Formats: sequence, C-alpha cells, structure tokens
Amino acid sequence: MAKEVQRVKLSWWERLYIPTFLNGFKVTLSHFFSFKKSKVYEEKNQDNKFKTTLNYPEELWTVPEGFRGAPYLVSDQNDNTKCVSCQLCEFVCPPKAIRITPPGEDGEDAHREGAEKMPKDFEINMLRCIFCGFCEEVCPEQAIYLAKDYYEGYDEDKMRRDYALTGSSREEMIFHKDKLLERGGTHHDRIKKWEKKTEEAKAQEMFPVDQPEPDNKEASQE
Amino acid sequence: MAEETKTEEPPAIETITVKVDGKSIEVPKLTPDWQGNLVPTTVLQACKHAGIEIPHYCYHPKLPVAGNCRMCLVHVGMPGRPGPDGKPPMNEDGTLKIDPMVLPYERSTPKGVIGCATNLIPGMEIYASSPETKEMREAVLESLLINHPLDCTICDQAGECKLQEYSVEHGQAESQFAEYKVHKPKAVDLGPRIMLDAERCVLCTRCIRFSKDIAEDDALGIVNRGSYNTIATFLDTPFDNNYTLNTADICPVGALTSKDFRFQMRVWFLKETNSLCTGCGTGCNTVIGSRENAMYRYEPRENDAVNGPWMCDEGRLDYKWIGREDRLAEVQGANGWATAITEISGKLEEAAPGSVAIIASARQTNEELYLLKKLAAKLEAPTTTIARTGEADHLLVNADKNPNTTGARLIGIAGEATGNGIAAIAADIESGMIKSLIVFGEDVTQHGISEALLDQLELLVVSDILPNATTAKAHYLLPGCAHAEKRGTFTNVKGRVQKFMKALEAPGDARAEWEFLHELVENTTGQNGFSTIEGLFNQMAGEVEAFKAKELTWAALGDTGVTVEL
Repeated sequence: MAKEVQRVKLSWWERLYIPTFLNGFKVTLSHFFSFKKSKVYEEKNQDNKFKTTLNYPEELWTVPEGFRGAPYLVSDQNDNTKCVSCQLCEFVCPPKAIRITPPGEDGEDAHREGAEKMPKDFEINMLRCIFCGFCEEVCPEQAIYLAKDYYEGYDEDKMRRDYALTGSSREEMIFHKDKLLERGGTHHDRIKKWEKKTEEAKAQEMFPVDQPEPDNKEASQE
Repeated sequence: MAEETKTEEPPAIETITVKVDGKSIEVPKLTPDWQGNLVPTTVLQACKHAGIEIPHYCYHPKLPVAGNCRMCLVHVGMPGRPGPDGKPPMNEDGTLKIDPMVLPYERSTPKGVIGCATNLIPGMEIYASSPETKEMREAVLESLLINHPLDCTICDQAGECKLQEYSVEHGQAESQFAEYKVHKPKAVDLGPRIMLDAERCVLCTRCIRFSKDIAEDDALGIVNRGSYNTIATFLDTPFDNNYTLNTADICPVGALTSKDFRFQMRVWFLKETNSLCTGCGTGCNTVIGSRENAMYRYEPRENDAVNGPWMCDEGRLDYKWIGREDRLAEVQGANGWATAITEISGKLEEAAPGSVAIIASARQTNEELYLLKKLAAKLEAPTTTIARTGEADHLLVNADKNPNTTGARLIGIAGEATGNGIAAIAADIESGMIKSLIVFGEDVTQHGISEALLDQLELLVVSDILPNATTAKAHYLLPGCAHAEKRGTFTNVKGRVQKFMKALEAPGDARAEWEFLHELVENTTGQNGFSTIEGLFNQMAGEVEAFKAKELTWAALGDTGVTVEL
C-alpha cells in the first residue's frame, strides 16, 4: 500500500516564491560580509581572518574527528604482507568492493613461513567502497585498516590524501595489492601469531615435550 | 526375534520404544550398517529418528563404526539390573524403573555413552539435550582443541568444518590448557592429490577406514604415540589410489585437503548445483561448486542407488576442459544462429532420403539423442555412436567410458554394439551414397572417417565443444555446451535415468544442443509440442518404450533419478 502524503497548502504569500528567494540571498550575503570563519577552515586560515573559503587543493582542510579513512592493506614491521587471503572481508563487504584472487596451488609462497598463503591479487574498488569499516572489523589477521592514525608511522599527509580519493579513470580507482600495501604502510604487530607458531614448532623438533617458561607464558596470555 | 527379522522377506519392521528428551518414539530395532547388514539400532540413529542431531566426527553411516572421537557422548538412563526374581526394578506404579547412568565409583557424576556404538535397550531414556550431555560435549571439544591450531584463516575446510560448527554449537567452554600446543608436520605431501596437515587432525580415522574397507587400499595408518599421533602412509609410499579425494570429503576437519582445490576459493562463495559425472557409464551424482561462471570443484552427492557417497578421483578432476580457453564459441559457416539453422534445414529438406548420415555421441543427453533420432527418422539417415572403453574397477569405475550409452541404445540411435555403424558410413561416403554428414561431439577422423573422406561430402554439419580435426573441416560448425552449462538427463549403464542442472553460462554464442536441435527438427519435420527441457523430456518419455513403461516425467526423476528396465 502506498502511503498518501498530505501536501502542505501554501498561503498566498508563500506561493509568490519571491520572499523565499530573498531569504536565500540573505544567507549568501551574510556569508559574503561575514567576519566569522568556519570551524573546519579556522586552523588553515589563521593568516587571513576575512577568508571563508579554501584554495583547494593547494590548501587542505583539517579532517574532522569522525573521519575513518579508506581501507588499505598493511605490512608488518618486517615488511611482510599480513593478509592471508581468507576472503572474509570480501564476504562481508556490503557493496562488494573487495575482490581477492586466492593464490591457488602454484601461488607465490607467503612472506611469513607459517602463514602458508597470501593473496595473488587484492582489489578494492574505491568507487564502490562505502568506507564502512566492516573489512577492518572482520579481519582475523589485522591486515586491513581504514587508514587513520591507528598505527605507528601514521602520516598526516597520507590521511589528507585519503580524504581526496581521486583518479582520472574508473580503472585507476580500482586499487590493486601493491598500491594498497604501499598506502597502508606498516602495522606494528604485537601478537605475531604466525612467527610465534613457527618458532614454537621449530623448537619442538628438538625438544618434543617442554615446560613453557614462565616469561613466555605471560607474554602469550597478553 | 532378531534372527526371524533377518530371514523374513520383506522383513516386518520390528520396533523398540525409547524416550528421547522425554518424548517416547518408536524406532526400528534393526538398521542397515555400512555394508547393508541389519544390526541393532544405535542411540545416535534413534536420535536422528527423533529429529535431534548428535554431533559426531568418527561415525559415518557408510563406514565401520570406530567409536574413537567421543564427540557423540550422550547421557542416558537405563533399566536397572534384574533382581533375584529375574525382573528388573520397577517403579511403584508398575512401570520400568529407569536410572540415569552415573560413574560407578563417583555416583554424583553422570556417565555418558557414545551414541554411535551403543545399541538401544527397550525403555531406555536418551537425554540428548540435557545439561549433563552438554557438559560432556564441551569437555570433549575442549580436549579435541587442545592441540588444534588456529588455522581457520588459511584452512581450506573453513566454512564446512565440523570442528568449527560444533565449537560454535556445543563447545563454548573456555580452554584450561596453558601449555604449548604440540606441533606436528604441516603441508605433508601424502600423495598426488592429497595434502595432509597433521596438526589439524582429530584422529577420527575415517580416512583409514575408508581406504581399508571401501577403497581396499590399506594405505593409511596412525603412527607415534599419545599427543604425537599422526596419520601417515607406510614409509612414504604415496597415497595414490583412484579414490583418495573421498578422504578429503569425509575428513571432518581440514587435515586432509584436495591439492586441486587447495587455496583456490573459500567454500562459502561456491554455488552448489546438482550434476552428474560424465567420466564413465556409472553416472555418479555430483555437486558442482562454482562462482561467477568459474567451476572450482566436483563433490560427490549421495545416491545409494548409484555411487553411495563416493566418487573416483579421475571423474572428480575431469572438469578442467569446461573452462578451457579454446572452447568453440562462434557459429561458423553462417552469420549467426538463425541463418545457420535456416540454411541447414533448407539443405536437409532438399537432401534425397538416405543421403544423410548422423554420427551422434553417447556423451549427449537423452533429449538430444531423441531429437537426433527424430531427424534421422525423417531423413532416413543411418545413425551411430562411438564406443569408448576403459578398465573397470571394484567400486565405481565402469568399463564404458561414455555416460549415456544406454540412453543411445534405448532411444534407438545406436544398436546393441555401439560404434559398428561407423565403418559402414565411411564406406557409403566413399561410394558417394552419403553426401551429407551430421556429427555431434565426436572427432570422426580418429574413428575411421579420414579427412579426405570428409572433403568428399557436400554438407558437413558439426557440433562440438572443443576444436578438433573434424570441426576444422565443418561447413557449419555449431558450438555446443558442456553438461555443466545446460540441463538434461543421462541413462547410466544400469538404466538409471538421472538429470543434471545448469551451473555455468556457456561461452560466447554457444547454445545448448537440445535448443538448436529442437529448431532444426521443427524446421525439417514440422514436429513440435514443447518449449522447455521439461516438456521435451516428458514428450520423449511418452515415446521411448523403456521410459514409457516407468511413466517417467521430468519432475518424477527427482534428485536421484529413476531406474528403467533394460
């Protein structure tokens, strides 16, 4: 059933439309003569207290607190690809912006010994992406992040680049693995799941049954 | 009583009354085991009758019972031991007294039994959903997970892993295990098609029992002791029988995985389509796993009348040709389908009776062969198919390598001995009696009609999927579909008529053979009467004697097919 919407009956004064136009001009003119600066531009316009606009892209604005950034792949501190191609982000992505090509049998070996696999290709279509952050939330390997100052080595300029996510063709806006890794930067992984696992396994080849050392035990519980 | 039931034909179904979760149900006293022998019904099967699933790893309905994973532990109540008077203890109201089982040395602790190997006792109570049972399952899962690695992100089984499923459903207990996990070999090359990850194994021994009892190749065993138990082959002998990939199917976890499917695609993306294996005359029921028009794997689909839950490795890996780059995708000899069909029908109508021959393929569906038969009847054309033979084995592989030899015979495209007609057709071409040849899905240059002979023909219509010497000579080349790209039915060597569904889109202009054959038959003979594959099948079922006798319809075939008299 379609819902019937009652139209507001306009008075004679309102139906003239001229007062509404005048109202609009009033807002524009008030900005034109205003000495107040927009909060967003305040920081950048300290030298010119009369300026309301920004000379983008020479001048860049301060990105608001709530901005999440765009999804990029990160490498660990040893420059290893963290993604293991589990494809959960591809599954959870609401606009289906992510597409992963799994390595297959003959794919390149994973950078980290124990991790066994990593994606052959990882595409994010930035035109499709809605920057919801589900991929980051679902990632079991902490390999994809919406780039913001979540990790060390965060670069203020980088974030601004995210805000102006531009390109001159559709193809250019489909970011591939290398580009995503380059933009994602380094994530300082404290858990080091695969490295630890490999070390443990290597140690066990020499000492099959070993009591864990108290120090290590504490570390693993963290 | 039990012996009587065994000998009676048909056996009167004797039942036992037991209580599952407080509800009384009657279940058959005897149930077929993996070999089909009647054995006493177990607790697990009784719960299945009651609609309650008992989690299990080592139990498999088509394998001998081992009872080693302990996952199917349930708390049960039993009648007491008979007293000195020979009667079991009774309640005051005269009913049988049922006591929940407890540990003999610790009467406050409930005792569980394994559902897969505990036979029913009349009056028994099964507490399948009780807190006691739940606690037992949590404890078993905790124990199974002690050394299980957190590999789900890189494990091919993730998404269809029983350990994942049961952990979510039954195993929310927190691990009390603070020690290091025991590490075992990973990515072990067990054979040409199977990869082993020993860490992930829960030692259910399904693969061992399958190899020993079903595949009859006692290749696998468990080596080492305690926590170091590992599945292994004997002294690095490769695990390479023709049924190895079934062990990857029945492995409840990601310990045994298929090398062919390794790291190809996550299972939750795969669209499942019911299909059939075309590798031989057995016609194993399969499920195609595909995503975005790419096929990733075949899996066997259970059909006790044909293949049980198994299929051979050869058939399972026989799908790569479907996605080949050089697939025929364009109509050649005419500009598009409409022109090609009109031109061919015109030429066939003009052809003198007996001057056309049809070489069909026993790889074609019943429907396509039926349409070809109609065409042949109109043109008075001799027809034949080409036989392919190989070696049969003890389990599934048939010596007949064509999936539809029986169908071709029943429909009348080929005589008792398929392939005999090809020499006669070759001779008739040579003598100039046959001027037009229609070839479907076969490279006749490999089977007795040389390329020079093909050059003598006035009209050569060829429909195929992949290019070969015959397609190169064709005057009209009509690109066809692989079975995964169309619907249809095959009749297997035992006369089982089974249908398969469409999983993929055909490449380019390729069309399902029955569609353009339908147009060709309609143009040439004026016969019609259907517009869908269902209609075509039902029409065929009304005309082919063997199908008529069983009153076959497309709908009546169901998922598992119907056997017709041969």
